[in-house]
Amino acid sequence: MAIFLTKDSKVIVQGMTGATGMKHTKLMLGDGTNIVGGVNPRKAGTTVDFDGTEVPVFGTVAEAMKETGADVSVLFVPPAFAKAAVVEAIDAEIPLAVVITEGIAVHDSAAFWAHAVSKGNKTRIIGPNCPGLITPGQSNAGIIPGDITKPGRIGLVSKSGTLTYQMMYELRDIGFSSAVGIGGDPVVGTTHIDALAAFEADPETELIVMIGEIGGDAEERAAEFIKANVTKPVVGYVAGFTAPEGKTMGHAGAIVSGSSGTAQAKKEALEAAGVKVGKTPTETAKLARELLQG
Amino acid sequence: MDLFEYQARDLFAKHGVPVLAGEVIDTPEAAREVTERLGGRSVVKAQVKVGGRGKAGGVKLASSPDDAVEKAGQILGMDIKGHTVHKVMLAETAPEIAEEYYVSYLLDRTNRTFLAMASVEGGMDIEEVAATKPEALAKIPVDANEGVTPEKAREIVAAAKFPAEVADQVADILVTLWKTFIAEDALLVEVNPLAKVADGRVIALDGKVSLDANADFRQPGHEALEDKAAANPLEAAAKAKNLNYVKLDGEVGIIGNGAGLVMSTLDVVAYAGENHGGVKPANFLDIGGGASAEVMANGLEIILGDPDVKSVFVNVFGGITACDEVANGIVQALELLKSKGEDVTKPLVVRLDGNNAELGRKILSDANHPLVQRVDTMDGAADKAAELAAK
Repeated sequence: MAIFLTKDSKVIVQGMTGATGMKHTKLMLGDGTNIVGGVNPRKAGTTVDFDGTEVPVFGTVAEAMKETGADVSVLFVPPAFAKAAVVEAIDAEIPLAVVITEGIAVHDSAAFWAHAVSKGNKTRIIGPNCPGLITPGQSNAGIIPGDITKPGRIGLVSKSGTLTYQMMYELRDIGFSSAVGIGGDPVVGTTHIDALAAFEADPETELIVMIGEIGGDAEERAAEFIKANVTKPVVGYVAGFTAPEGKTMGHAGAIVSGSSGTAQAKKEALEAAGVKVGKTPTETAKLARELLQG
Repeated sequence: MDLFEYQARDLFAKHGVPVLAGEVIDTPEAAREVTERLGGRSVVKAQVKVGGRGKAGGVKLASSPDDAVEKAGQILGMDIKGHTVHKVMLAETAPEIAEEYYVSYLLDRTNRTFLAMASVEGGMDIEEVAATKPEALAKIPVDANEGVTPEKAREIVAAAKFPAEVADQVADILVTLWKTFIAEDALLVEVNPLAKVADGRVIALDGKVSLDANADFRQPGHEALEDKAAANPLEAAAKAKNLNYVKLDGEVGIIGNGAGLVMSTLDVVAYAGENHGGVKPANFLDIGGGASAEVMANGLEIILGDPDVKSVFVNVFGGITACDEVANGIVQALELLKSKGEDVTKPLVVRLDGNNAELGRKILSDANHPLVQRVDTMDGAADKAAELAAK
């Protein structure tokens, strides 16, 4: 088991024929991902060779789904065209759309999110501005390095890509059921809560690591959710204690506004919900290890 | 990016929100001619990106062109909560204000939608209204794809209980303000106060606008709105090189890859600093996933150019980009800086972990640069960097 992505997932790549799309499609194939197609209206009908694997290119997401039974799309579409590409994926009702693209205007992500809601949320959106998700040993949909760790008992949900890698590396000997990077933008499709609920329901996940950062109140809401709904142990980490008020720290959503969105408030909310919160990534990994090895 | 009041006023005017005539100046003398144009009287308003300027004496009524020169002279150069006043806006004097309201649009992160906020109790800090009299502040979600139609505007007007005699005017303003919000890719448009004046008109007397930098690619006019004079010179230099840099007030220069890891690095350095005389991180700098020699050199150049920096902590986790490439990048960056005649005199602590870490560490050891020290854990490296900065 795993969450959102398994060895049976059939993955297409929107923006596969661009430089980033090509690079990461090759890496995803190397990690065992079942990539069944790319989407590019100008190159429909052609195929792309990835070290001997021929991947067909389709004109639209709908066509790719019809021909291949695809149920996951990974998007490497530049910011200016990302909204149209996500809307296309939603209209085709693909069950999962993973939006890697960084730098999408908030009005565009708010618009495609509203569109997904108006269509009855048939498409789960992960991202934007995220590294995607990986189920080690089964499938990789995004840019998380596939060779950090192995299948295991920990579920990970994080706003940050590199902190995801760091945590997977620290706990690489234990392994992960799935790791989900939900992204650092102000509007994201899948939240900490969505991933926590899925990990709670996943029999192979024994412990959940949750990584947050300054900005918004997603961590506070996740804390309330944990208190009410999560029985598995949760270990947390929050980045950005030293971030000054009013400055965006790399991620578009990582900003302390007035007294809201501070790391301290998030840490306190998580601790009040019984989550053990590490002071550094290394200490967080240690807490997870202790809980698992009891 | 937060705008000055005069810039917000210009955008409101451009999209049809009623505002008073006004012009911005940066010398007292210029106030005379502008005030003459405005009919002989003006309101002189400090342009600072911070609230509470009225109480601080940053808004004054000028009764004549000469008086405007004097008042502008008093306000220009004034310090308001740490912000120096470099510009003042001279505004047409408003007819007597009868009532003050509040309207805004903003992103509601929690609900992943846009939100209209409106109140008939404007003129004061809206956070205070929200805290002390929440029933006086109407909050209405706005669907990003449906927007504010005349019908939606009437819904907002009704929810906030605007008086009947201004309902039509306020509804029209809500529609034009929404146009401003959408057309300018704003994260916030706020009018406070939205005033009903003696002759019955409703006018935006003061406003705030914050713009989304991610939309710059389709907003060519927004670059001109940047306050380049106020930007920290290091931040400006970093921006010119496409680096994601924020100047902080500590002594340990920080370079890392990935926003989350860099934020975390700042925190870890601050904790380590508690054991070393309270040294703190000097900056945030995310060089991204690639971490090529050129980007690394650009980053080091900015950080080493910061006189506050006493030591540098390079914290890289090799993901897709392997650590050997990053290590080569660091070695080449130091050579590049040397060849440009820039003396690297500050100690560097480098922590490499992840993909091909062993190979990367060996490259650094073999290069044997006198100023570069390798520490292989993040916490340990932060401690070393803090120790070196405290010396």
